[in-house]
Amino acid sequence: MLGVLTGFVDELRAVGISVSMVEAIDAARGLEHIDLASRVALKAVLGSTLVKNARHYTAFEAAFETYFSLSGPAAGSAEDDARSEMARSMVAGSIGAGGGGAGDGDSAEDLIDALLAALRDRDDALLQAVVRAAVDRMAGIEAGRPVGGAYYLYRVVRRLELDQVGVELGAMAAADAVSPLQRRLANEEVARQLERVREMVRSEIRRRLVADRGPRAVSRTLRRPLVEDIDLVSATRNEIVEVERIVHPMSRRLATRLSQRRRMGTRGRLDVRRTMRASLSTGGVPVDPRFRRPRPGKPEIVLLGDISGSVATFARFTMQIVFAISAQFSRVRSFAFIDGIDEVTGFFGPGVDFAAAMSRIGAEAEVVWLDGHSDYGNAFAAFGGRFLEDAVTKQTTVIVTGDARSNYHDPNVDALRDIARNARALFWLNPESHRYWDTGDSIMGLYAPWCDEVSEVRNLRQLERFVERVAIPTTRPMRPLA
Amino acid sequence: MTDTPTDIAALLEEHGYLPDERIAQVVFLAERLDKPVLVEGPAGVGKTELAKALAAVHGRRLIRLQCYEGLDEAKALYEWNYRKQLLRIQSDEKADWSEMAEDIFSEDFLLTRPLLEAIRSAEPVVLLIDEVDRVEMETEALLLEVLSDFQVSIPELGTITASSRPMVLLTSNNTRELSEALKRRCLFLHIGYPTIERETAILLAKVPELSGGLAESVARIVASIRSEPVRKPPSVSESLDWARTLLALGIDRIDETTVTDTLHVLLKYQADVEKVATSLTKT
Repeated sequence: MLGVLTGFVDELRAVGISVSMVEAIDAARGLEHIDLASRVALKAVLGSTLVKNARHYTAFEAAFETYFSLSGPAAGSAEDDARSEMARSMVAGSIGAGGGGAGDGDSAEDLIDALLAALRDRDDALLQAVVRAAVDRMAGIEAGRPVGGAYYLYRVVRRLELDQVGVELGAMAAADAVSPLQRRLANEEVARQLERVREMVRSEIRRRLVADRGPRAVSRTLRRPLVEDIDLVSATRNEIVEVERIVHPMSRRLATRLSQRRRMGTRGRLDVRRTMRASLSTGGVPVDPRFRRPRPGKPEIVLLGDISGSVATFARFTMQIVFAISAQFSRVRSFAFIDGIDEVTGFFGPGVDFAAAMSRIGAEAEVVWLDGHSDYGNAFAAFGGRFLEDAVTKQTTVIVTGDARSNYHDPNVDALRDIARNARALFWLNPESHRYWDTGDSIMGLYAPWCDEVSEVRNLRQLERFVERVAIPTTRPMRPLA
Repeated sequence: MTDTPTDIAALLEEHGYLPDERIAQVVFLAERLDKPVLVEGPAGVGKTELAKALAAVHGRRLIRLQCYEGLDEAKALYEWNYRKQLLRIQSDEKADWSEMAEDIFSEDFLLTRPLLEAIRSAEPVVLLIDEVDRVEMETEALLLEVLSDFQVSIPELGTITASSRPMVLLTSNNTRELSEALKRRCLFLHIGYPTIERETAILLAKVPELSGGLAESVARIVASIRSEPVRKPPSVSESLDWARTLLALGIDRIDETTVTDTLHVLLKYQADVEKVATSLTKT
């Protein structure tokens, strides 16, 4: 067991969950107290000792399923009431009949019927049997092929016609639902059932893959980065959805932390009046000195976001986070550019859908000047001409987001220099890996001398860290001499 | 001491708390390993209730430390009673100082706060450190000595070690990330919104006058509202309130009008109420 445990801990660390030595020992000690045959107990022990962040729990679950899947179904399907026994033999019978030679056209139908019956009567044992038979016959798992389970899952779900099953179940449920509310509840119930079937198929496939290739190899093909480590520029649509889900809670946490720290900080000056008042209860001895609360100034933010093509997602999340914690700043103004530039502050309001707002910006704001390819030089020059005096003062922190790929246009470094000189500080966030800067049409190196700091920011973790630093400046950044 | 997680689950249920399997397992493990449990989850899912139920199960006293921003050791651990000390000094001005110092730094002048109280208690207690995410990072460090060694160091008196190990629960609403040091010392338990089945059971246990059918539809509608993008999704405490409201109004079947009329019990923001009202009645 200890060997399995260390392997499992290694796997968690490989995913990016930090597990300390002490926690691994706790897990090992915990295992002594439980019945190792019980998966629930095992999962509770490992989950509560090794994973200390709710956000990492899905990653933990995936790893757990691969490492401890073999003992699973045997324990799970040990119930044997008469009805399900009958049902199981029914499925077994249909397998025999279907496998006889007629091809699997009609046997798929049998399975679909059985699946419908199982879902309708909520017969878990039958459902389990159906899923197992379906994976047997439909997934076409080939031994030794180094693939993840997603493809097999897709095959089974498609051939089980799960969508059609959903429609039929929905129709059955809707028959006695009269009001929209009841219909809605019925539909949600069906969606939950289908998700459950999908989950069962997924774990059945995983179980077989593990039996074939061993947990280590399988989890390597299944491994995915934690949400906060997803590369924002190359993220898939599904990943973006995941990121969206945590951006809001994350920025709320950030805001709380910032406002706490802002209020604490160093203590202010002695408050003589309140100290005197407090000393009255101790006979005039000032035992408990009182201090004024310090009120550090809040920075003013101007965001310049490149919203062309692939870096648009990144600009969007930056704007979203900065907007969500805008109470931490005295003022936030956002500008979007491609080769032209326009103010977009008004597009964001409380409760706005940021994805929709970004597409509105693309349509309505004058961010395109000539050909719709990024032109940093022209965008900065346009900003300097139209907004600089009004938006940027000595209290303003300017944040530029973009990959500095200017399509070989004139970089116009002077325009950026003017912005930097007028501002309190200028930060540049580049969502591209440091290695690719100054290759091809990237002119990061030309702009860098005028920025107080150029940071590679590719995922939420780095973005959060950066925003925190801007919001609570430790020292005034150094200005380069002109 | 209970023998299996199932026993704990049964005992908790007797005292009005319905745990799911994971909660029972983690509580069982915490008892065996003598470790604090860090309970995290949205507001109103019964984190504090769990501590209360545990105290009731073991017949122990519940000592609660409510955390807030600005909590310091004087409020969490102990404080010298300055006023009393001053009085003592003033009442006997000719006394020898070294004798006096010994006297005024004795236990008579010590004001115990929840953490010290939990450790000094003769019988074992349940210590609940509520909303630990509200204190500052620096204050968190204060808890570490208590949580790992169950002892408190007072410079004038020396180290006070627990005569009986308290069972410790910390709760957090996850408004900020807690320090690694604190997390390392605890078992972690995330309590999310319950499944429909469990919520139905909770409703029936807490509001016994409710009929089974009504409880289930309450649970299903609440689950449906939780899937909407609202600012503050309704929690278990809100669905309990809603069930009681429906009872008081004498409603035994829920339809669109009853939902929209009583939505403000479930949702605390007007924008949320409007959003859900339109989406629930949409055909």
